[in-house]
Amino acid sequence: MTAALQTVEELNRAEEPRTGWLAAIAKFVRQRPLGAVGAAIVFLTIAVAATAGWIAPYDPLANDYAAMLSAPGPGHWLGTDAFGRDVLTRVIYGSRTALTVGLGASVIGATLGSLIGVISAYFGGRVDLIVQRVMDVFFAFPVIILALAVVAILGTGAGNVILAIATPMVPRCARVVRSSALSVREMPYVDAARASGFGHGRIILRHMLPNVMAPILIMATAFLGEAILLEASLSFLGLGVQEPTAAWGLMLRGSAVEFAETAPWMAIFPGLAISLAVFGFNLFGDSLRDALDPKLRSL
Amino acid sequence: MARYILKRLFAMIPTLLGVAVLIFLLLRVVPGDVVEARYLGQGNQFQSQDLMDIERKKLGLDQPLWKQFTTWMTGIARLDFGLSMWTGSPITEEIKLRFTLSLQLALMASTIATLLAIPLGILAAFKQDTWVDYAVRVFSIAGLATPSFWLGSLMILAMLIVFKWVPPMVFTPLWVNPWENLAQLIWPALAVGYRYCAVGTRMMRSTMLEVLREDYIRTAHAKGLWMKLILTRHALKNAILPVLTVISTEFAFLLGGLVVTEQVFNLNGLGMLFVEGISRRDYTLIQALVMLVATFFLIINFVVDIAYGWIDPRIRFS
Amino acid sequence: MRNNLLKKLTVGIFSAAVCALGAVTGSAWSQGQPRSGGELVFPVPSEPPSYDGHREETFGLIHPFAPFYNTLLRVDPNDKGGTKPYPSLAESWTVSADGKTYTFKLRQGVKFHDGSEMTSKDVKASYDKIIFPAAGVGSTRKGQYAVVDAVEAPNPTTVVFKLKYHSGSFLSSLLSPFNFIYKADILAKDPHWYEKNIMGTGPYTFVEHVKGSHVVGKKFAGYWDKGKPYLDGFRAIFMRDSAAQVAAVRGERAHIQFRSFTPKDRDNLKTALGDKITVQESPWDCILMVAINHKKKPFDDPRVRRALSLALDRHEGSKALSQIAIVKSVAGVQVPGTPFATPPEDLSKLAGYWTDPEKSRAEARRLLKEAGVPEGFSFTFSNRGVPMPYEPLGVWMIDQWRKVGLNVTQRVIESAAYYATLRKGEHEAAMDFQCGYIVEPDLDMYKFLSSSRNPANYGYYEDPTLDALYDKQSRAPSVEERKKIIRQFEKRLLEEEAHYLMTLQWHRIIPHSSKLHGWTITPSHYLNNTLDNVWLSQ
Repeated sequence: MTAALQTVEELNRAEEPRTGWLAAIAKFVRQRPLGAVGAAIVFLTIAVAATAGWIAPYDPLANDYAAMLSAPGPGHWLGTDAFGRDVLTRVIYGSRTALTVGLGASVIGATLGSLIGVISAYFGGRVDLIVQRVMDVFFAFPVIILALAVVAILGTGAGNVILAIATPMVPRCARVVRSSALSVREMPYVDAARASGFGHGRIILRHMLPNVMAPILIMATAFLGEAILLEASLSFLGLGVQEPTAAWGLMLRGSAVEFAETAPWMAIFPGLAISLAVFGFNLFGDSLRDALDPKLRSL
Repeated sequence: MARYILKRLFAMIPTLLGVAVLIFLLLRVVPGDVVEARYLGQGNQFQSQDLMDIERKKLGLDQPLWKQFTTWMTGIARLDFGLSMWTGSPITEEIKLRFTLSLQLALMASTIATLLAIPLGILAAFKQDTWVDYAVRVFSIAGLATPSFWLGSLMILAMLIVFKWVPPMVFTPLWVNPWENLAQLIWPALAVGYRYCAVGTRMMRSTMLEVLREDYIRTAHAKGLWMKLILTRHALKNAILPVLTVISTEFAFLLGGLVVTEQVFNLNGLGMLFVEGISRRDYTLIQALVMLVATFFLIINFVVDIAYGWIDPRIRFS
Repeated sequence: MRNNLLKKLTVGIFSAAVCALGAVTGSAWSQGQPRSGGELVFPVPSEPPSYDGHREETFGLIHPFAPFYNTLLRVDPNDKGGTKPYPSLAESWTVSADGKTYTFKLRQGVKFHDGSEMTSKDVKASYDKIIFPAAGVGSTRKGQYAVVDAVEAPNPTTVVFKLKYHSGSFLSSLLSPFNFIYKADILAKDPHWYEKNIMGTGPYTFVEHVKGSHVVGKKFAGYWDKGKPYLDGFRAIFMRDSAAQVAAVRGERAHIQFRSFTPKDRDNLKTALGDKITVQESPWDCILMVAINHKKKPFDDPRVRRALSLALDRHEGSKALSQIAIVKSVAGVQVPGTPFATPPEDLSKLAGYWTDPEKSRAEARRLLKEAGVPEGFSFTFSNRGVPMPYEPLGVWMIDQWRKVGLNVTQRVIESAAYYATLRKGEHEAAMDFQCGYIVEPDLDMYKFLSSSRNPANYGYYEDPTLDALYDKQSRAPSVEERKKIIRQFEKRLLEEEAHYLMTLQWHRIIPHSSKLHGWTITPSHYLNNTLDNVWLSQ
């Protein structure tokens, strides 16, 4: 009996009109503690990345051979690596790289993907078919292979890595946004806009895009986690961001594995940082999806 | 039904062609070629330019692009995938060796992922918004968040330090020596399977939630049927299909996409072949591998589409 | 009574002495006697694209496939310096008075694995293939034998090399482990046969090669060196990942890895396995150098180049980096400790090798200022996408250059595309490298000749004085004279002109199972891989 009442209540809640920002956030925290934890982690990561210059105790690039491979302790709270560089500083600055690459790739991938998806859904017919086929072609490549190919063409380095990671994201985003956009296209206000003689561009940008923001946002946050992981994998393979830049994946390479027994701090902390960041972004994205539209199970 | 099948089948062809053209061009744009990879960079003092020219000619790399492309395409039409540019051996031979391992690993990982995802997802849906739900979600997302190479390295190190044991270094097929085979593959299968169970768990949970809200479930419950009965008979059947879809779609990527896992566990699989092929600029090999994985992916999608179309007639006519 | 006591004492002391001797040398005694049997297992980091030693340059060919072949001459397997010629298929040799004719007397009764006999025509056919390859065949080491006029086989047991002029390094060039002796009949029928097939005279016969997995060899019962090989066979396993290789040795599934492990791997293995691991170390005939592109301003100014060299504190770098990378000694143009290497006291007089880092950096800053290079000047350093030791050296150098006010960004280029990029000549400073199979000035210094003479010179400079010094040392009448000229060459190359910058000499570290005997480390990872002297104890 109570179970049935509960579900009716949930149905009612889903049909409520959207309330103000602050109230929505408060509701979010109350109803979805996991999401709140995720959001907190996300916020922490962003804060650390933004204030890296102030909170980091050392210069991330300065080699200090006298202090190489020191254990965690006062002076170097997370120890030093094989060149005497402070691990805490490099983890802090690494968040910057992770977010720049992750955010960059996510935003580019989601933007491009959504545009393509919406355009495809809007025009339908021939355009839709061709775009679908092209997207299918990219979709058929395993993510890491596509990223490897782009890196091989463009070369290594942060900018190219962003493009390499964004590339496999585009077709995935396009597909999801397209299915949402298809239903939006049938909405009366879109018809009305067309009847009023508005141009295609205006309809797409002003009417359709805002109404598929939910899936776009969810994709973007889900991608962010995956982008950070992909950047770490590429760096691990030696094809991502390069030394001496501080990047979490890079810190897990080579000497970190060798010294795993005698200097485990070199590998543990960057690994934890990656796991925590991706974990946070995923939790947040998960709860965001639950809140905005539980029907989006294709994600 | 037949029309639907044929339609989906035809849709595959332009996609495959698109993949072929894309990978062909992508590879040619990448700087460096197989001859340079082979003869430069070993630190040898005497570099032989005429040897490199001879090799280039032999591999057909001095011919115009369109000619190279048509040669390759006509070869495929005859089901002749050509020779690897690096070793000169038939590509089918090169791929066959690694395919068994990758296929077995993909199957094992998918099975583990499914075996974890379904009960966990159902549990989480049932106990939605309780600590059980949170625990399940944390557990599965942790799997998604942990870098597989980090996990793999830690696993191997742990085994070495604690048990003083290393997995077998050489692959033995399952039918030759099942013990050696599993001793090598169970660890990467667990690492990969754990990662992928998150996707399935998430899907299982949300489909289960949806179905639990459906009218007929609520009426069944109102009639006083035992929860278990509802679960097994009505809800499960409809909820599982999307989960299987998601896992089988990922399966195709497990074939060639486990690059880092294979490196860490030292497995002679398709992922390693991919990476080595790219670093050696072995055009023919990469092209063949990409076509293989893409075909697999499209076939799996095709099968899933057909299954859906058969189960739900509404989809056929959309 | 006294006699008895004395007797007992003598016997007692004698037995104690024998026991002590036995305890100390007990292992040595069992070590002294090679034991037949056992299979050697070793990981190989790289898989070769073909089986033909005349076309390949990678150690990935030597480690698994050299045991199937013999060469005409080899490097003495017990020579730690890796330079002494030693008979292999050639029993002995003589050199004519004018130094232009080398006559080799071949061993008799050497059989190929198919039972046929090896004669001089096989040696001639093999060397003709290396030095005078037919059109469409190609040989990768042809350039090394430009001095050879002809190879003759006057009778079945004699091979004669006729040279165009006297060359002090010719004999060394015959020691190359890649010069497998093939069967003349097979080469006559199909010169490409050896790319995909194996037929040699070596101590092991080919059993199988599973691509991407392993190579297996079995003892050749008819080997000419009676009693050898000691092993029943070997198994070479291809493993790309270095952590996996170390784990294999540590888990006692493999005996040795013939290239090198890092210092930390060695320490880990020693800690884990203690006495079950024996470590052999040696300076390595490989070095990374910075190729400074003279075509790009301001690197055409020798002051700038010298400043780049002065900025590198090689002594501190040696101390620190030898703990984390496979580099160690501070080096000039020759591997330290070899006959023609400059002794450390003299080397530290060259700019860039001074022992006072403050003085070096001050001088570097002064030179940069004089040359008009502003503080914070930025340039790109191209590095190759190979982790060890390119990465740590790159990190070190960038840090050192930062200390003299240079802002360097590293651009890492994937290995396959790397040399193609260098050949374009667009780089500013790039990491170059050199690896030899033998320490020999003619080979080691060839790299630095003017671009017009050596197309593999990525500094893109012309220096006729340097070229003249090279030629002079190559034809020097005595060893002492040669040393003097090499010293002059080094000074001009590294200090006056600073065309190329030497980093640190690589250091070879081979921790292997203590059960493995009969293998001595040399400065080259291409040498000593015929596995005929290797044996395993229980």
